[in-house]
Amino acid sequence: MHSIPTKEEMLLALEERHGKELQSKFSNASVSICGLGGLGSNIAIALARAGVGNLYLIDFDRVELSNLNRQQYFASQLGMYKTDALKENLLQIIPYVNVISHTVRITESNTKELLKGTDIICEAFDCAEEKAMLVNCVLENLPDKYLVSGSGMAGMSSANSIKTRRVAKHFYLCGDETSDVSDGIGLVSSRVMVCAAHQAHMVLRIIAEEFEV
Amino acid sequence: MVKINGNDCDISGMTISQYLKATDYDLKFIAVERNEEIVPKDQYDEIIIQNGDVIEVVSFVGGG
Repeated sequence: MHSIPTKEEMLLALEERHGKELQSKFSNASVSICGLGGLGSNIAIALARAGVGNLYLIDFDRVELSNLNRQQYFASQLGMYKTDALKENLLQIIPYVNVISHTVRITESNTKELLKGTDIICEAFDCAEEKAMLVNCVLENLPDKYLVSGSGMAGMSSANSIKTRRVAKHFYLCGDETSDVSDGIGLVSSRVMVCAAHQAHMVLRIIAEEFEV
Repeated sequence: MVKINGNDCDISGMTISQYLKATDYDLKFIAVERNEEIVPKDQYDEIIIQNGDVIEVVSFVGGG
């Protein structure tokens, strides 16, 4: 077995893939991920693998058996807080990523305080009402931030119907905007991952200063 | 004429609230952008839609 590479070795490998200039932007970036379910856990892993230097993970919940069909946790982590479990998993992949976690429920009253430290925010909640609450709250109170939200990835419809749309200058929406889990169509790993990948990729494009979709 | 979610609608003069009441949107699940700026929920009753406005109503669905 190989020993774990040094921070410098890992950075060099990323620079070989992304180029030094782009990797420097990724390394210096800070992104908040609100909700660590099927969207948030996959977004976090994509961003960590790309070498995003600072990830803020926010969720109040624990890992449950019903999460394992699509969320990036292990059976051995059932019962752990998602913040702790995901941090553990991210550090297994990239030991040098800076992970800051907040085990708390995001509400209208703490949103500004929790999210003011990062320039880019991912909305990755499960519940439609909470998605709307966070989006309204961020756009009203933190208008300079970039917000990348996910809506519509339930069920077995084509992966091709999931898109990224720029709704406003700082607000992007990923998903098909119609497939609602409350219609009883379930959530399937691959389609949730497509939406998470759209969100993660838009975040990386924003960091790269490529703002169009 | 006003553009709402890409469609031309003749609703200038209505408030955001009046327009939303005439639709199936559930206020709990939406965010409203007017000319690329968020409309705070407590201003839905006050803001009058003007000719030429571009409005986006985003209605969120569950799952994540």
